[in-house]
Amino acid sequence: MTFDARYFDIGRLDRLSYGNSFVHRLDPRAKVIATILFLFTVVSFPKYEVAGLAPFFLFPALLLTGGAIPVRFMLRKILIVSPFAVFIGIFNPLLDAQTAVVLCGFAVSAGWLSFLSIMLKFALTVSAALLLIATTSFPGICHALRRLGVPALFVSQLLFLYRYLFVLMEEAMRIIRAREMRSFGSHGAGMKTFVRLLGILFLRTMDRAERIYYAMLSRGFQGDIPTLKRSHIALPDLLFLSVMIVSLGVFRFFPVAEGIGRVVQELF
Amino acid sequence: MHMADALLSPAVGATLWAGTAAVGGYAAKKLKVQPDDKMIPLMGVLGAFIFAAQLVNFTIPGTGSSGHLGGGMILAIILGPSAAFLVMASVLTVQALFFADGGLLALGCNIWNLGFYPCFLVYPFIYKPWIGSNKRRGRILAASIASVVLTLQLGAFSVVLETLLSGKSDLPFGAFTLLMQPIHLAIGLGEGVVTAGVINYVLSARPELLESMATSRLPGTTLSLRRVLITFAALAVFAGGALSLLASTNPDGLEWSIAKVTGNGELRDTEEGIAQVLKTIQQKTAFLPDYGFRQGVNYQKKPDTPPSRPQIGTGTSVSGLVGAATTLGIIVLIGVGIRSCRGKDAQP
Repeated sequence: MTFDARYFDIGRLDRLSYGNSFVHRLDPRAKVIATILFLFTVVSFPKYEVAGLAPFFLFPALLLTGGAIPVRFMLRKILIVSPFAVFIGIFNPLLDAQTAVVLCGFAVSAGWLSFLSIMLKFALTVSAALLLIATTSFPGICHALRRLGVPALFVSQLLFLYRYLFVLMEEAMRIIRAREMRSFGSHGAGMKTFVRLLGILFLRTMDRAERIYYAMLSRGFQGDIPTLKRSHIALPDLLFLSVMIVSLGVFRFFPVAEGIGRVVQELF
Repeated sequence: MHMADALLSPAVGATLWAGTAAVGGYAAKKLKVQPDDKMIPLMGVLGAFIFAAQLVNFTIPGTGSSGHLGGGMILAIILGPSAAFLVMASVLTVQALFFADGGLLALGCNIWNLGFYPCFLVYPFIYKPWIGSNKRRGRILAASIASVVLTLQLGAFSVVLETLLSGKSDLPFGAFTLLMQPIHLAIGLGEGVVTAGVINYVLSARPELLESMATSRLPGTTLSLRRVLITFAALAVFAGGALSLLASTNPDGLEWSIAKVTGNGELRDTEEGIAQVLKTIQQKTAFLPDYGFRQGVNYQKKPDTPPSRPQIGTGTSVSGLVGAATTLGIIVLIGVGIRSCRGKDAQP
């Protein structure tokens, strides 16, 4: 992924979180808690589970459509980060060649089942994280974390990082462009130039930090970032959470997909 | 390399989260003692710096592949352990949210692997004693290469351990270790050189910057090896206890309940609940002797799965497959339906 693409991706996720749908309006705390529960439930499935994971795609589907998030953008983001899980998972079919089930005359090895299971879990967990940020703004998540008991220092850390991320990324982009204009082929892409560039970026960062600090001091900064927005858990949030918990429990402990499969088989 | 959610088991994920949260709380408490609130914006901006710096690539000499800065060690050198750990944690949090690098459950593991080792282990016990008050270029280079390599080796080895303990991958311990450690040796060498280069550059261009940073750090950051070892021992005992507890109760309990649900005909209840409409079919099948394993799906043997692999078989039958496909189809239809409804709403 090129620098510009990464940069614009962050910006796009940020803009998506400004939407005003039902999903966007839910209290960030409810969404954070629901996401964590969802992740634990998905990951708690045993190694060879495949069919049981299918119903869980309902949640990302509902959030995607409910929050009006572009599907293709999300799919692309999920694909970009897949290499590590694929890289580790692909060894399962090679190492675990024992036949697990015979489906319609084909012998399916246990390794392929566990690989498929890893891939499904991967898609579910990654989309959960991305959808959380796309439907809840980053500051929203930070304030939710603060209210859920995360140390204030860490939360203001996150807020600062996020604020200056775009500024420093633009700084880095200018440096990269300058390097590309002055270099031909691989010339200038080596370690020596890289170290100098980072050094310059670091010095600029420090100068900026100092200016920011004085500007904040003059505006009354006392080590904490207060928020004007008072959020409170309302009835829709509680409803959302309880529906989430109940459906997660049902999908986890009852073979919903298999049940639907039997019904379909009986129909035909 | 980032650990991924899909390869984790809940027990391992929760344990590492607990460890990370404990260290993070300790670091936050340590920093709070310091009255100077100049540190807070500085930390945030440096986090953004690491983020931006990671986007600048360089080609690794001789290989043609590209590397980038990891950041844990350079932060520890500049900010000191506690602040560096928090900055690293926030960088990884933003990465997990925006790039889905790893994932939220694996975030605990990633902060531990990439933040704890450089900040609380390698920096205070290797780098700092090695450098002392001596600021010669060669010494900084040697110390940073050694520290970064060690950091990455520890991190990579932890990824191996976490993956193996989770039991989602079939990679054997030896092969996995042989795969991970050499790759990270190469990355570590590159990153060590870059870390030393940046530190040396700053030292030669603006030596007073690092000096002032060192003085504005709180004086009490000296960790005693004994306390760290005691903490480690406590964590190990806790982790061992938690893991063995979860390992013995969790799979059995869950497997057992699922087996009970699918095997003992309790599925019938759920089907009635789900498909009340199809009652006629239900009634037709009601007098079949063994409801769960009807003729149509009998040949693939739910009952005679080999007992050595009890975890396979609950959802991997033909009906499981059909069901999964149908479920996904329904979900897509729901999504498309909602979307087209919304489109209509939006148009007029």
